[in-house]
Amino acid sequence: MNTLTRRRFMQWMGSGALTAISTRAALAQTGSGGKSGKHIVVVGGGFGGATCAKYLRRYDSTLEVTLIEKKPEFITCPASNWVLGGLRGMDKITHSYDKLQSRYGIKVVHDKVTAVDPAARKITLKDGAPIEYDRLVMSPGIDFQWNAIEGYDKAVSETIPHAYKAGPQTVLLRKQLEAMKDGGTVIISAPGNPFRCPPGPYERASMIAYYLKQHKPKSKVIILDTKDKFSKQGLFMEGWEKLYPGMIEWVAGSEGGKVEGVDVKGMTLVTQSGLVKHKGDVINIIPPQKAGWIAQESGLTNDQGWCPVNQKTFESTLHKDVYVIGDSSIAGAMPKSGHSANNQGKMCAAAIVTSLYDLPLPEPSHVNTCYSLLSDDYGITVAAVYHLKDDTIAGVEGAGGVSPSDAPAMTRKREAVYAGGWYDSITADSFG
Amino acid sequence: MRKSLLFSMITMLAAGIPAVAGAEVSRGAILASTCFSCHGTDGKSPGDMPSIYGVPAESLVKTLQDFKSGMRPATVMDRHAKGYSDDEIHEIADYLSKIK
Ligand SMILES: Cc1cc2nc3c(=O)[nH]c(=O)nc-3n(C[C@H](O)[C@H](O)[C@H](O)COP(=O)(O)OP(=O)(O)OC[C@H]3O[C@@H](n4cnc5c(N)ncnc54)[C@H](O)[C@@H]3O)c2cc1C
Repeated sequence: MNTLTRRRFMQWMGSGALTAISTRAALAQTGSGGKSGKHIVVVGGGFGGATCAKYLRRYDSTLEVTLIEKKPEFITCPASNWVLGGLRGMDKITHSYDKLQSRYGIKVVHDKVTAVDPAARKITLKDGAPIEYDRLVMSPGIDFQWNAIEGYDKAVSETIPHAYKAGPQTVLLRKQLEAMKDGGTVIISAPGNPFRCPPGPYERASMIAYYLKQHKPKSKVIILDTKDKFSKQGLFMEGWEKLYPGMIEWVAGSEGGKVEGVDVKGMTLVTQSGLVKHKGDVINIIPPQKAGWIAQESGLTNDQGWCPVNQKTFESTLHKDVYVIGDSSIAGAMPKSGHSANNQGKMCAAAIVTSLYDLPLPEPSHVNTCYSLLSDDYGITVAAVYHLKDDTIAGVEGAGGVSPSDAPAMTRKREAVYAGGWYDSITADSFG
Repeated sequence: MRKSLLFSMITMLAAGIPAVAGAEVSRGAILASTCFSCHGTDGKSPGDMPSIYGVPAESLVKTLQDFKSGMRPATVMDRHAKGYSDDEIHEIADYLSKIK
């Protein structure tokens, strides 16, 4: 482009004319008759929903974006294991929605969505009036399959916590650890795949051991697992051997690890058709999971309880103009993580904006990095870069993988520092 | 601030990249937005992650390529950089370097 043309362009744009023209032209193309903004409703202000709402407004400031979240503040699951280890307080993992409103012009409504009507493009709220949308994004996270472990339901979780939705459950588990006697046994029951945060139960075992080693060194942590292998297994086990020798025991599913029932009064977990009983002083049951309740209610789930979506746009394959991101969605090879949900929120925002203006959507790209802390200065990661392959989200071959084994202490320490840096960045990218 | 946004919009127009009222929705933008999860929105890190904001494109390209080849030591960026073609590395660097 020569200088003259460029100068003219700049004069044009200085007056804001070009932005207006391209938007108007695009709006005319979509036949919306000059209506300045469409209304996008986002349900769930967690990592997926908050990020999507923010990036929708970044990509197109003429959009009206309403974020509906039932809780007044967001308490992150990431770093909630660090709270259990005593590395952070709850205040450090609690985030407000103020910046999404003040900086990005998102309307945040604190209410519970009770129904979705995809035909009428309308959602119903528990307290407020129904809201109409042009596009709906759902990021309601997970819910638990109560009673999949016999006797474990919501009421029981008030005494035997899951602590897999951060908040009062995290505080309850921490208090139980604090109250436990030295020489006590902590049992963690880990679910089968797929579930939220594949390394989560094992980072939790590490953080609990970190606390116990300092305050109750005669105690033990037993992980009863449904699975025969788990995320970053080699690295976790190497770290446990180094940091907490003899303190953490892991029982594979095929070796009797699968928990089938709970005896609440006896503080006992039952495995192997009732043949073996494990008594704990503190018990943490992480139950099997499914897409968030409202996704089930709205007919967005398959028979396994998760939401099938177009792998490029995250539009539901079951309901038009409804998009599902985050833990609820089936996103190919991506794990159910806050990092994944954050990336999916951005991709979905791009898909919605380009579709509104009838513009081409660039090839999708995603990243996931899961940091886990084994102690205050021992961090490990698993990472992957994702692209679309054969119409599904797949890891780019040759990229990603886990931290090196037998790495020097300095490497582990660096990753521990970056774990904190990751947390600050991703929460800022999602909520501020 | 205005100036760079204008330049990037001009580039976008020249390249036929969709521009709507707000930021561009280009392949570079999509790729670079995945960096923001660890490095902060627009590459401005609020904590212990290195910021990647305001870095010239050439040095971003060189750094990413050195991570990719293993020339530059890393904790995790070597594993990430291997996920991108040289073209994609240029697209990421171009987009990031133009953010103001
Ligand atoms: C112990 C633990 C550690 C973890 N550590 C990490 C980590 O280090 N890194 C990482 O990337 N991920 C981590 N995760 C995973 C991460 O928390 C989830 O993958 C992520 O939160 C998923 O985002 P989401 O948007 O799908 O759901 P969420 O973040 O759970 O958000 C869902 C939101 O929707 C709201 N909601 C649900 N239903 C309704 C309704 N009907 N009406 C209104 N609002 C509703 C909820 O209140 C909630 O705020 C961890 C998880 C756990 C449990």
